[in-house]
Amino acid sequence: MSAATRARKYEPRKLPEGKQATSAMIASLEAEGYDTVSAPFGHALNALAAQDERIVGLSADLSKYTDLHVFAQANPDRFYQVGMAEQLLMGTAAGLAHEGFIPFATTYAVFASRRAYDFVSQAIAEEGLPVKICCALPGLTSGYGPSHQATEDIAIFRGLPDIAIVDPCDATDVAQMVPELVAWNGPTYARLLRGQVANVLQKHKPDYQFKLGRAQMIREGKDVLVISAGIMTMRALDAAEDLAADGIDVAVLHCPTIKPLDTETILAEAGKGRLTVVAENHTKLGGLGEAVATTLLTAGVTPVFRQIGLPDAFLEAGALPTLHDMYGISRRAVAEQIKGWL
Amino acid sequence: MSGQASTDRRSNVSLARRACNIRRKAVQMGEVQGQGYVGQALGVADLLAVSFFHAVEYRSEDPEWEGRDRFLLSIGHYAIAFYAALMEAGILPEEELGTYGMDDSRMPMSGMASYTPGMEMSGGSLGLGLSVAVGRALGLKRKKSGALVFNLMSDGELGEGSTWEAAMGAAHHRLDNLICLVDFNNQQADGASTGMLSAEPVDAKFAAFGWFVQRIDGNDIDALVAAFDAARAHDGPEPRVIICDTKMCKGVPFLETREMAHFVRVEPDEWQKALDALDEEAPK
Ligand SMILES: Cc1ncc(C[n+]2csc(CCOP(=O)(O)OP(=O)(O)O)c2C)c(N)n1
Ligand SMILES: [Mg+2]
Repeated sequence: MSAATRARKYEPRKLPEGKQATSAMIASLEAEGYDTVSAPFGHALNALAAQDERIVGLSADLSKYTDLHVFAQANPDRFYQVGMAEQLLMGTAAGLAHEGFIPFATTYAVFASRRAYDFVSQAIAEEGLPVKICCALPGLTSGYGPSHQATEDIAIFRGLPDIAIVDPCDATDVAQMVPELVAWNGPTYARLLRGQVANVLQKHKPDYQFKLGRAQMIREGKDVLVISAGIMTMRALDAAEDLAADGIDVAVLHCPTIKPLDTETILAEAGKGRLTVVAENHTKLGGLGEAVATTLLTAGVTPVFRQIGLPDAFLEAGALPTLHDMYGISRRAVAEQIKGWL
Repeated sequence: MSGQASTDRRSNVSLARRACNIRRKAVQMGEVQGQGYVGQALGVADLLAVSFFHAVEYRSEDPEWEGRDRFLLSIGHYAIAFYAALMEAGILPEEELGTYGMDDSRMPMSGMASYTPGMEMSGGSLGLGLSVAVGRALGLKRKKSGALVFNLMSDGELGEGSTWEAAMGAAHHRLDNLICLVDFNNQQADGASTGMLSAEPVDAKFAAFGWFVQRIDGNDIDALVAAFDAARAHDGPEPRVIICDTKMCKGVPFLETREMAHFVRVEPDEWQKALDALDEEAPK
């Protein structure tokens, strides 16, 4: 617990001037004006499973909360409910993979990364097994406090050799990453958006297709380059529209694969002299921001560099809109920060 | 001492009244947010009433009193029930009820130690409580304190391996100052716990791990009182566990008969009906 949190012991939080005490019941991200797709992960997995006998699904008492129930309903004999036992989940997935199956294992991001990490590292990754870990509640997408806020999952998994890491932005990413995860010959960790998932990328770029390992320009712009992953690409695209009204031209490079990183595209785009901002739904430590910074410095490419991301702290509980504002990852906060850096 | 007269604390009629009050407060908090783990709160209310008004030592005005029994809420999502009990016990002021789950509240949806007086641990990530309880019990023994450690956990947590590591540890260290309470409502997020990773026979498992075991109807106040008394009086070095079979939504008949779910849906017009139902069955 940080010193700041300790000092606040039992004190009601002081809300910023003029803020209402909003309710924490808003538990999922708002679609923010985008069309939505229902359970893209579950449906994509069903489509793939119909062609690939090797695919099986496992969940640790969170199938309904990771859209894996859609797969379980369609393929009851290929679904394993292991109960609330995340270590058993990963160990079982490893065993099934040893026997030639391709297990999709789901839980929340916090529990895969924290509770089950040794099983992911040693039982799965060290043996190069094709276990596809897919986890809901990425970053700050729950108001329940640190127990459910996966602020450092990517930092944890980035240190793991051979694993591919994906932080999808929207329903297109989520659906299209499923076959790509299977095509990756080894373990993968994907953050998951579930339920009614916004369709963001194809609205801005109709021919967008997810490709594992590739960063793609979604929007061109001459003043600022935002390199983003996950829901922060949605934030960046929305903020770019607001900034355009102020005459600020923002490019958005969507980089949903955190590992292996598309260093070629990143270097090419960052080399064009624009203010370079990395935006991630994750602590600024050990995630996309630091990965990009290392890439740039190593290659001798040194634009003005800034990070948008979560602080190195245990976060508060509360309503998501409040928290996203507070920690600088709301549409408004993203636009304000970029403006302030110009 | 809780500030309650000891006769009052021992009277079973009064305990039923306390349980009813805890249920009412939990439903009222659910209404504030239009949701909440109300089914769990209704099911565990009797257990909390007997804990706070019969078994557990504390000082309402000084929740950090060194001599208190440590009551760990391992199940952070049961916070709504626990806040109701803390209010009933005078540890949290009742005026804060309407702030439940709000951004400026001391009562977040999931229990956290830094937010709430009387909350001994941060929960939310399940399966942590019993091992922390082992350390608390060891620490109290080291300090030559006579205080007890209570750990309130769920049937779902029986699936976590950490629970059984701690169960072995508690017995190995002869932690006779540890009382584990299991709210066995046979419910988890995806369905019935016995249908997904059954821990049965739970009583025999704990016994095999070296615990003094009781299994009771967790909605029977007399049985709860007797079990707490027996756990305290037991003359042996074993840690104690009371497995409480409880009924989700207990006390609100129209919810009791609803198809059970981890998150019981309550329609906007049903909160008042639930309060009315509780009043109807309230002990006079
Ligand atoms: C380690 C961990 N894994 C998963 C979850 C997600 N989760 C929250 S409640 C719950 C059900 C656990 O069973 P139980 O506590 O018996 O649930 P209830 O009786 O409240 O339905 C799950 C899986 C969690 N909070 N912690
Ligand atoms: Mg349960």
